[in-house]
Amino acid sequence: MLELLEALVWSTLEFAPALIFAALGAVLSERSGTVNVGVEGMMRVGAFAAAAFALVMPTPLAVLLGMAAGALFAAIHAVLCISWRSDQVISGMALNLVALAGITFLLESMFGPSTSPSIAQLGRSGFGPLAQVPLLRALSGHTALTWLAAVLALAFHLVLGRTPVGLRIRAVGEKPSAAATVGVDVIRLRYLCVIGSGALAGLGGAALSTATLDRFEHNMPAGLGFMAVAAMVFGRWSPLGAFGAAAFFAFGRAVQIGLESSFPSVSDVVPKGVLLALPYFLTLVVLTLQGKKSRAPAALGTPWEPEAR
Amino acid sequence: MVGENGAGKSTLMNVLSGLYRPDAGEVWIDGTQVHFRGPGDAIRRGIGMVHQHFMLVPPLTVAENVVLGREPTRRGLLDLEAAVDQVGETCRRFGFKLDPRARVEDLSVGSQQKVEIVKALHRGAQVLILDEPTAVLTPQEADELVAVTRSLAADGHTVVFISHKLREVLSVAERIVVLRRGRKAAEVRASETTAEALAELMVGESNAAKVASQGARAPAGPVALRGEAIDDGVAVHGVSFTVRAGEIVGIAGVDGNGQRELAEILTGLRPASGSLRLMDTEVLGASPGELRARGLGHVPEDRLLRAIVGPMSVEENLALGRHGRPPFARGPFIDFSGRRAHAASLLESWDVRPRDPSQRIAALSGGNQQKAVLARELDADPKVLVVVQPTRGLDIAAVRSVHERLRAHRDRGAAILLVSLDLDEVLALSDRLYVIFGGRLSVELAREDFDERRIGRMMLGAT
Repeated sequence: MLELLEALVWSTLEFAPALIFAALGAVLSERSGTVNVGVEGMMRVGAFAAAAFALVMPTPLAVLLGMAAGALFAAIHAVLCISWRSDQVISGMALNLVALAGITFLLESMFGPSTSPSIAQLGRSGFGPLAQVPLLRALSGHTALTWLAAVLALAFHLVLGRTPVGLRIRAVGEKPSAAATVGVDVIRLRYLCVIGSGALAGLGGAALSTATLDRFEHNMPAGLGFMAVAAMVFGRWSPLGAFGAAAFFAFGRAVQIGLESSFPSVSDVVPKGVLLALPYFLTLVVLTLQGKKSRAPAALGTPWEPEAR
Repeated sequence: MVGENGAGKSTLMNVLSGLYRPDAGEVWIDGTQVHFRGPGDAIRRGIGMVHQHFMLVPPLTVAENVVLGREPTRRGLLDLEAAVDQVGETCRRFGFKLDPRARVEDLSVGSQQKVEIVKALHRGAQVLILDEPTAVLTPQEADELVAVTRSLAADGHTVVFISHKLREVLSVAERIVVLRRGRKAAEVRASETTAEALAELMVGESNAAKVASQGARAPAGPVALRGEAIDDGVAVHGVSFTVRAGEIVGIAGVDGNGQRELAEILTGLRPASGSLRLMDTEVLGASPGELRARGLGHVPEDRLLRAIVGPMSVEENLALGRHGRPPFARGPFIDFSGRRAHAASLLESWDVRPRDPSQRIAALSGGNQQKAVLARELDADPKVLVVVQPTRGLDIAAVRSVHERLRAHRDRGAAILLVSLDLDEVLALSDRLYVIFGGRLSVELAREDFDERRIGRMMLGAT
């Protein structure tokens, strides 16, 4: 029993960072008023870039470049949504499709059809003697990203709630005209948030290819980006809420994998597809239960037009 | 500064406050020419603007809204305590009673406006621009605002007060600038002019507006619409009223006191308990279609949302609601020529411009859209008409024309229920009125009891 719990906690901590980074990214973009359903594509770009760069440089550096790639990719979204005021959902979905096709092309032309070569994973730190203690063992042996995810969520919470720039981000997402009249540069702030969102999503993708696995696989991130968006909604657009929701979804994933590996006989009764769908189904249930209680930023999805009347 | 809707008042002020950039011309402050690249520049030069539509972030507190853009910090973090203190200090200095910790969305409209003014003063504004500040206020709140404005001016501030209520401008201003179609039509001293003269300058015709109150008329007929204990459990509580054939009954009140919901109940858009009798038939809970068939017309508050389909043509919009019957249809098919002819004659008799039935209705001005809506509703010759905010956003000429049409329809024997946030309008049109506050109606007031002060107090819940 204890062993099972340990295994669940351990794999939750393995899966969670990617989802948490991506969910925080979604929150950052949407709190400033720009819908971001392109998280999936931004993660894919980050995952691939990190894996590819890790072949020629130290992995931590490659992770940073993965973030940069995600940010660069998100800049397209920013231009489309903020400067050209196109439909934000369409733009996000277009980005997802571009990432799907573009990265598949790069993968096949550089490495072949299914995966990149394996790379050096990010370092894992044990807890020394603590790693022998039951239960605590589950916390040991993860990459720095696992802890960074928690730290970033806290830091983001602090920035959004307790700093001038956080107040401005909230104001811009709720009522950009009000922010503009007191001299806040709405366009610039929204650009920064969308690009930052891409960096976080890129980090989430990089976590998949450099920490969860040791290579880029052709179907990455396999819907995690959409789960991140769901986690954002479930977490009511707050950093800590999204963090909690993402951790919960990661736990659901751990349960699914745990079921598969600990009780192989389950797959005789329950088709594998059903198990695979479990976390997504959980997402649907949670969102349904939550219903209309969620509170989105008031100006979400509305482009800011300085001279509109 | 006075001028009709669309005269360019707000645009001009948005240039002064740095929100828009002028294509040509110069702005001077205290003898220096300035070039604003954004609102931040204007604020630094001491210009504070209070917009017609408040520029406040509803979920944030008063203090957060006021300090937004120049937040006090301590070790890089937002210092909310300092913000509360500073804002409290500014409120005290200028005599505003506001709780800096209150959330803006919980405040009344009048208080939100004070937050806007405090916001400007807090940034050291020497020039204060108030864009139609009294449009949303009760008479008491408006008086208070005028007093605040006077004391700020006495304190050495420059105040630009924009309005299209002439009485108000005359009482608050020293000098009055009249804008007409984007040009300065005149500049006069308040002490040397009258409301009539100003109206003439604004409209540019000599038949200037005087929204006259009507004299004695023939007594009203039988009750055409009777509500008993109408209650939706949310916004409307136990409302009872009557409207007789041949009279206009007004419902006055401050926004958000249930008048919108009441109108929705009466027109079949919202469920409620109680009783509603239309020409002696119980109709509460009937669909909007049934109500129409029984002779109820409806001019809804939100034109774009409920009265017209913007991307469709004027003639299609004029057929809405009766589109399945002649002259708009023949059997199951649209009667294009019949519909076109009908639309053309309506446009002609209602003076809707341009006279083009195939024009997209969204391309028309607000006044012409509203005329089209009224034309459609009155053309069906409803026995009972529910009109909500019929002149919101219209200019003087359009307001006058809408009012005349409503009176004419009443004089033909229709019962009209008028719901409006504009007290002047309710007073000018109604034969009787009720005041709505907190979802409850006051006792009815007959025309001879119309006393603006008293009604203003009732609108605020005092009796």
